[in-house]
Amino acid sequence: MNVLRSLKPSRILFAALVALILAYLVIPVLIVIPMSFSEARFLQFPPKAYSLRWYEAFFSSIEWMSATKVSFIVAVATTVISLPIGIAAAYAINNSTLKIMRTLQLVLLLPMMVPIILIAAGVFFVYARVGMISTLLGLVFAHIMLALPYVIIAVLAGLRNFDMTQEMVARSLGMNRFRAFMAVTLPQIKPSVVSAALFAFITSLDETVVALFISGGSNETITKRMFTALRDEIDPTIAAISTMLVAITLLMVMIAGRGGNKQA
Amino acid sequence: MSESSTVQAMPGRQPQMQDKGLFTSPDVQREERKEHLTMVLLLTPALLMVAVLLLLPMFWLGLQSIQGEDGFSLANYTRIFTEAIYWDTFGTTLQISLIVTVLSILLGFPIAYAAARTSGLISSLILLCVILPFWTSVLVRSYAWLVLLQRRGVVNQTLIDLGIISRPLELVHNATGTVIGTLHVMLPFMVLPLYSVMKKIPNDLLLASDSLGAKPFYTFRRVFLPMAAPGVMAGSILVFVICLGFFITPELLGGGRTVLVSMLVQRNVELYHAWGAASAVGLVLLAVVFLIFWAVNKVIPIERVLGVR
Repeated sequence: MNVLRSLKPSRILFAALVALILAYLVIPVLIVIPMSFSEARFLQFPPKAYSLRWYEAFFSSIEWMSATKVSFIVAVATTVISLPIGIAAAYAINNSTLKIMRTLQLVLLLPMMVPIILIAAGVFFVYARVGMISTLLGLVFAHIMLALPYVIIAVLAGLRNFDMTQEMVARSLGMNRFRAFMAVTLPQIKPSVVSAALFAFITSLDETVVALFISGGSNETITKRMFTALRDEIDPTIAAISTMLVAITLLMVMIAGRGGNKQA
Repeated sequence: MSESSTVQAMPGRQPQMQDKGLFTSPDVQREERKEHLTMVLLLTPALLMVAVLLLLPMFWLGLQSIQGEDGFSLANYTRIFTEAIYWDTFGTTLQISLIVTVLSILLGFPIAYAAARTSGLISSLILLCVILPFWTSVLVRSYAWLVLLQRRGVVNQTLIDLGIISRPLELVHNATGTVIGTLHVMLPFMVLPLYSVMKKIPNDLLLASDSLGAKPFYTFRRVFLPMAAPGVMAGSILVFVICLGFFITPELLGGGRTVLVSMLVQRNVELYHAWGAASAVGLVLLAVVFLIFWAVNKVIPIERVLGVR
C-alpha cells in the first residue's frame, strides 16, 4: 500500500499534487531567507545583489533592540511562571475524583476557545482601569493566561501515561506529597514538561493581538513593532528579523522532535 | 494514548475514593475531604488567572454592550442586524471562514493521507513541511505573502514570464489575499488532527477489503474514508472557529478592504473607543463560536477537538 513507491500514473499524479501543496506550505517560510540578504531597498525576489545591511539595520536600531529585549523577558517570565501553575492544575485534573473537574478543565481551556481579539479587548478594558497598560507585568500576566491551556494539555498527556501508583508507593514510604512528586513523578514526565515549556515560550514570543492592544512605549513587543511596520510601510529589516525567527523555529522543532506540535 | 476522558479514567486509578458505600468511617471521609481540598487548591492559581483576565473582562464587556446613553439599551445589538456594515461584515467573515475550511479539507486531506500512508524519511519530510510553517510566526508568513503576492511580486512575475497572464493580477489587499494567507495559517490545524486519526487506521482492514475483491477506490471510499471522518470533523471545526476570529493575517493581507468581525472589534476599540459597539460585536462572535462548540460536543467531546486526549 505504499503510495509513493509504485509508479502508476495516478500515483505519480498524486505525488505531484502533494509536492505542490507542500511547496505552498514551505515556500513562504523559506523565501524570507534570501530576501533578508538582499541589497535592495524595495522588495524584490530573487535579490540582484547581496548584503547584510538589514541585519545591521536591526542590530543598530535602539527601538528594534528594545522591542526584542521586551519580548524575550516577557517570554522567559511567562514560561517560568506558567509552568508550575500549569503543572499543578494538570496534576489536580489528572488525580481528582471531583465531578466538577470536567467543567473546571473546560474553564481552563477557555483561553484557547474564546477568539483572541475578544480576549485582547477584555484585557485592555481591565488594564485600563487598574493602570497596567504598557507595563511588563501586565504583558506577562496576559501571556500566562494564554499559555496555560497549552501547558496543561502537554503535562496532562504525560501524566496520563504515568502510573500514579509509583508516587503513592513513595508516599507510603514516608515522603510527603510534594517531595514524592518532585522525586518520582516529575522526572518521569520530563519530556512533556519540556514541550510544555516550549509551548509557553513560543505562545508568548509569538503573541501579537493582545500585545497590540496593551503593550506600548518602551515596553512594546517585537510582534507589535513588526505588525505596525508591516501595516504602514514594508521595511526589509522585517526580512532579517523573519529569517532569525525561522532559524529559532527550526531549532525548536528539532528540540521538540517531529512529534511535538500544539494540537495533535 | 488513553481514549477515555479524565472523568472516566479516574475510577480505575483510585477505587478507594470512589466507592463511598464501603468506606464511610469518619477518618476516611476526613481524608477524602482533605484530598479534594488539596486538588482544588492546586487548581486555584490557574483558575484565578482565567477568572480575572478572561471571565471578569467578558462580564464587563457584556455590561458595556447593554449600556445605552441613559441606562439599559439593546441598541448595540439591534445595530448589528439593521446596519449594513455590521451585517455585511458578519457575512464576509462567515463566507471567508467557510471557503478556507473547505479548501483546507481539499488540500489537507492529500498531505495527511500521504504522510500517514508512507513511512520513514518521506513521512517525516512531509510532516516537517507542515510543522515548520505551523511553528513560524504568523507575522513572518504574512510578510512573505505580501512580498509574493504584490503587484510586481514573484507570483505575478512568474505568471507573466510564463505567458499565462499579460497584466499583473490583484492578489493582495483584497479577499483573494485574505484567503491565500489565512489558508496557509489554517492548513496545519487540519493536517495534524487528520494525520493522527489516519495513522491509527489499521492497514489490516484495508488489506482485508482488498483480499475480498474490493477495488482500491471502493476500499478507500467504504473503509478508509468513514474511519478518517472524525479527523476531518475535528480539523474543520478547529479551522472554522479560528477563522471566525482571526485578525492578524486578514488585517495585513486584506488591507482594510476585506473587513472581518475581528477588525470591527479592533477598530471600535482603538479608533472610536466605542466600547458598547465593540463588546456587542465581540459577544455575538463569541456566541457563534460557543454555539458551534456546543453542537460539536454532542458528536465529539470538545476536549478531543482541542487536543486533550
